Amino acid sequence: MPVADANGVKIWRRRTNRESLVRWFGWLIGVAVFLYCWQQISHATTWFFVWDAPRIAGDIWERATPPRWSYLTQLGRPIWDTLNIATLGTIIALMLAVPVAFLAARNTTPSALIIRPVALLIIVSTRSINSLIWALLLIAIIGPGVFAGVIAIAIRSIGFCAKLLYEAIEEIDATQVEAITATGASRWQVMAYGIVPQILPAFAGIAVFRWDINIRESTVLGLVGAGGIGLQLQASLNVLAWPRVSLILLVILAAVVLSEWVSAKVRGAII
Amino acid sequence: MSEHRALDDMLGRPWRKPHFIQSPALRWSLIAGFVAYLIAAFLTIEVDLGRVYQGLDRGWQFVLSFTRPDFVSRWSDIWSGLVESIVMTVAASVVGIAISIPIGLGAARNIAPLPVYVVCRAIVAISRALQEIIVAILLVAIFGFGPLAGFLTLSFATIGFLSKLLAEDIEAMDRVQAEAIRASGARWMQWINYGVQPQVMPRLVGLSMYRIDINFRESAILGLVGAGGIGATLNTAFDRYEYDTAAAILLLIIGIVMALEYLSGIIRARVQ
Repeated sequence: MPVADANGVKIWRRRTNRESLVRWFGWLIGVAVFLYCWQQISHATTWFFVWDAPRIAGDIWERATPPRWSYLTQLGRPIWDTLNIATLGTIIALMLAVPVAFLAARNTTPSALIIRPVALLIIVSTRSINSLIWALLLIAIIGPGVFAGVIAIAIRSIGFCAKLLYEAIEEIDATQVEAITATGASRWQVMAYGIVPQILPAFAGIAVFRWDINIRESTVLGLVGAGGIGLQLQASLNVLAWPRVSLILLVILAAVVLSEWVSAKVRGAII
Repeated sequence: MSEHRALDDMLGRPWRKPHFIQSPALRWSLIAGFVAYLIAAFLTIEVDLGRVYQGLDRGWQFVLSFTRPDFVSRWSDIWSGLVESIVMTVAASVVGIAISIPIGLGAARNIAPLPVYVVCRAIVAISRALQEIIVAILLVAIFGFGPLAGFLTLSFATIGFLSKLLAEDIEAMDRVQAEAIRASGARWMQWINYGVQPQVMPRLVGLSMYRIDINFRESAILGLVGAGGIGATLNTAFDRYEYDTAAAILLLIIGIVMALEYLSGIIRARVQ
């Protein structure tokens, strides 16, 4: 216990002098880094626009209200496309994520030395790149449209689903697997009767959770040309049709809130 | 007794795997609805197979370019974009975490009075419902192009994420410890500092690290709408079909994300 000695009176301290000095330097470096970053941002900013921002914001608000409700009739098809991108993308991702997860989990991988690192690499690289970037790339490869959006969402979701799934596989109860093995079951029978029933609830939960995130992401994929309601958003922004923009934003907001509600309900029912 | 009778009935019959959804009516209607949806979805998606076939060659070029990423010829653009991304990430994470702590305290029902709770929960809900990229579009329209819009976007998104999880953690804390501090006559600030903070600190550090990781990943796309960062460089590289440069940028992003994940793993292991 660090104690300071002041004229023979012992006073309790939370930290030793050395500890406080190290902490103080840590904070100093942290603050210096932050100030440097802020200086960089401030250097790259046109401050006149920032001082003018409240007026601009008020101006945009004035132009954007009220939303043009009549435009709603033209949004049916884009919303359907958005739903398809999210749902089909999630399904494809799950189909690809299951084998990757089995190869990545420590207790089911056929080879911890070669195959497991490859599976982990697939998980990390698909997870760290945003679906918008995948969409950008796929549009260059397979052309703009809903299909590029589906594939972009699918690739992006593989890593997420596979990661959660392989963690669930690593946490399964080994005794059940052993019991099935003891009956003389083959490798595939052990999978089907020993492992799959244990991870099925987790799998369903992950599927719905990712579907909810994918609805969110697919609403903006159109900004780069990959179909869905984002296309309408981009078109309206380009012609500065603010009443349409505000309506589209409201629709996106409603879709996000609705999908989150559905996902929470379904997960509540499963788990 | 009824269980035993059920067991007797099952004797002599082969065992069948129980279904995931017990009620057959619900099961079959779910399957039928799902199949109907899939058919409808497939019918409405237009896939131009000729275009896809044409693009396969280009796709293969892109895959190949990962074997020979070109860091050199656009290095100054890549470097300035990357630095801007990191700068935005650091500044937005610091400001976002600093703001989300008081909001997280306000959004925890067990320590905040009802009016504060409602206001803080509303802030969290708004921040979570709006996606980064949409916020970025609006902020770019308001504040002009540049990293300031990206910085504000990421800070705003951090608030929704961190406050919600922090508030949930505070609501799940052990009341006894906090009460003991209060019983010693502590002021509100001391109560938070000695009764609540030690209980939620490990999780707060872990979540903050995770959020820094997310902020960096998001900062890579904000450039697409003009909010600064590496995204603009990446977009240009794709538009010019310079796949070697694009591959280099993507490898850098993946590398930094992996490094951040590794770092946050170490830090989380130390604080817990």
